[in-house]
Amino acid sequence: MSRRAVLGAAVAALAGVALAPGIRLIEVARAADGADGAGGAAGPAAGKGADPKVRWGLLIDTTRCAEGCTACVDACNAENGLGTPSRPTDARWIRKVEIRELRTGRQASVPVMCQHCAEPPCVDVCPTGASFKRADGIVLVDRHSCIGCRYCMMACPYKARSFVHEPLHDQKPDVPRGKGCVESCTLCVHRIDRGEKLTACAEACSAAGHGAILFGDLNDPGSEISRRVREVRSRQLRADLNLDPGVRYEGL
Amino acid sequence: MSSRDDSRSFWALLGLGGLGMLAGLAAAHHMETAGHIATGMDNQVVWGLPHVFAIFMIVAASGVLNVASIGSVFGEALYKKRAPLSGLLCLAMLAGGLMVLMLDLGRPERVVVAATHYNFKSVFAWNVFLYSGMAAIVAVYLWTMFERRLNPWSRSAGIAALLWRFALTTGTGSIFGFLVARQAYQSALLAPLFIVLSFGWGLAVFVITQSVMYAWNGRPLPAEAEQRLARLLAIFVAAALYLVLVYHLTNAYFARQHDFTAFVLRDGGLFPVLFWAGFVLVGSLVPFVLLVVPAARSGPGLALAAAFVVLGAFAFLYVFIIGGQAFPLEIFPGHEVRSAFGDGAVAHYVPRWPELLLGLGGVAAAFVATLVGVRVLAFMPQDELAAPK
Repeated sequence: MSRRAVLGAAVAALAGVALAPGIRLIEVARAADGADGAGGAAGPAAGKGADPKVRWGLLIDTTRCAEGCTACVDACNAENGLGTPSRPTDARWIRKVEIRELRTGRQASVPVMCQHCAEPPCVDVCPTGASFKRADGIVLVDRHSCIGCRYCMMACPYKARSFVHEPLHDQKPDVPRGKGCVESCTLCVHRIDRGEKLTACAEACSAAGHGAILFGDLNDPGSEISRRVREVRSRQLRADLNLDPGVRYEGL
Repeated sequence: MSSRDDSRSFWALLGLGGLGMLAGLAAAHHMETAGHIATGMDNQVVWGLPHVFAIFMIVAASGVLNVASIGSVFGEALYKKRAPLSGLLCLAMLAGGLMVLMLDLGRPERVVVAATHYNFKSVFAWNVFLYSGMAAIVAVYLWTMFERRLNPWSRSAGIAALLWRFALTTGTGSIFGFLVARQAYQSALLAPLFIVLSFGWGLAVFVITQSVMYAWNGRPLPAEAEQRLARLLAIFVAAALYLVLVYHLTNAYFARQHDFTAFVLRDGGLFPVLFWAGFVLVGSLVPFVLLVVPAARSGPGLALAAAFVVLGAFAFLYVFIIGGQAFPLEIFPGHEVRSAFGDGAVAHYVPRWPELLLGLGGVAAAFVATLVGVRVLAFMPQDELAAPK
C-alpha cells in the first residue's frame, strides 16, 4: 500500500468516524428539543414565561432551626424522589450543617441548599448553557443539554450541586432527573409553576413546629419574606463573593 | 524502517496501543452504563484521575509544539528538523487528552450538544474553540512543512500556531483560574503557570519520543541536539518550579489561604508527599541535576530526566486537581463545621480501575497516532541534512 493510499484511507476513516455519529446525534438532539415541552422544568405550566418581576427566595431563621431535626431534608428527598442519601455519591439538594464558632463556641444548625444566586457561578461556567437562571431568580439545570462535565460543581461555593452517579428508578413525574447530569434544589419549581406558594422544605419545617424556613417573593414589598428581611438582620453565605444569593440566613 | 523485523515490531506496538485504546473505551462504556459510581469520584471530588490524564495531555500538547515554533518562527535549524515530529505529537496528545475528557462526561453521547450550544461566558466553551482551532492550525502547519509548494507559508503557519498555543494553555489554566469557589484555584497566576508547565511537559514528551525513535533506528542523538535540548528542558523545569513556588508563597501570605496551603504542603497526607517527593524532588530537582551535569545527561540521561519530568507532572496535577477539591469548601469561615454531606471534612478520593484505564486509553490513543504517523510520513529528524550553523 502506498503512503498516499494509506493517508487517503486514514482521512476517509477519520471523516467517517467524525461525521457518522454526528449525523445520528443531530437527530437525537432534534428529538430531544421536540420533547422539551414535556420536560416540565422549562417554564410555568400555564405556558407563560417565568415572571421577571418576581425574585423567589428563602429566609432561614437559624435560631428556630433545631439541631438534629431533618424534617426539611426528608421532605425534599420525598418531594423530589431522591431516596435516602447515605453516600458521598448520593444526591443531596438540601443538607443540615452543624456549625460552632471557633472563637465563641456559639452553635447553630443551618440548612444549606442551592442559594439561587443573582450572579450564579454555575451558570457562568456551564459550557452549553444547561445551567440557567429563570427570570424569577430560580437557578435550574436543563436536563436535555447538561453534558455532565461537572464544571458547575467545581464553581459552586456552596457544594449545592449533585451529580447523578447511578441509573435512576421510580422518578417523580414532576421532577425529571437524569443519570450523568448535574442537579440541585429547584426551589420546588414544579409547585411554584402550579401556583403554590410553599416549598416542600418550608412546609415540613412549619409542620414540625419550627417555622424556620420562610419562602416568598423578595421583590414584593408586601410579602412576609420582604417584611422580615427589611426588619430583621439577615446575611447571605459567602457574601464576600458578591453573588447575591436569594437565600438569606437570620441569627448567624 | 523497512526490514521484516521492524515491520513486526511496528505491528506488535500497534497491537499493544490498540489494546490500550480498547481497554480505555471499554472502561468508558462501563462508566457510562453503570454511571460514575464505577469511579472513585463523588459530589465533593467531581474531577478525578481522568482529568489528571486529560489535562496533562492537553497542556503537554501545546508545549510540545514549542520545538516547531523555535524552528519555524526563530529559524533554528536544529529545531526546524524536529518541527514535523513536534506537530504530530501535538495533534496526537490533543486527541488523546480530548478523548479522555469527552468520555469522562456524564453524558458523552451529548458531545454534539457541546458542539452546537455555547455559553460564551464559560471558559470551557472557549476551550472547545481553542482545542478544535489548535488541531486545525497544526494540521495546516504540518501540511506547509510536508508540501514543498507550501513551504514558504510554513513560517506564517508556525507563528499562528505559536500564538494559538499560548491562547490554548491560557484557556486551560483559566479553567481553574476563574473558579471563585475553591481555595486552590481563583488565581490569575494559573494561566502563566500552565504555560510554563506546558513548556517543560511538552519538551519532556518530545525528548522521550525522539529517544525511542533514534534507538529504534539504531542512531545516536547528535551531541549538539542532546546538549541544547537538555539545556532548554533544564530552564523550563527551573521556571516551572519557580512559578509553583510563587503560587504557594502568595497563598501562604494570605491569612484566608493558610489552612489550604498547610493542607497541600504539610498536613494533607498523600498530597504533601506527592508534592514534595513527586513534583519537587523527582519531577524537578532530580531532572534538573541530570540535565545540567554534562556527565549525567549523555546517553540515557536526557530521556531519563524527561521521564522524571512527566512523573512530576502527574504528581503536580494530582495534588492540584484532586487536592484542590479534597480540601473542604469554606462556607462558614471561623467555624467548626460538620454535616452528613462531608462539610468541613477532607474528602477521601481513591481512583478506581475504569478511571485509570480511561486515562491510559487516552495515552494509548496518542501513542497509536504517533506510531502510525511516524510510520507513514517522514517525521524522523534528519540531522545529517541540517545546514551547519
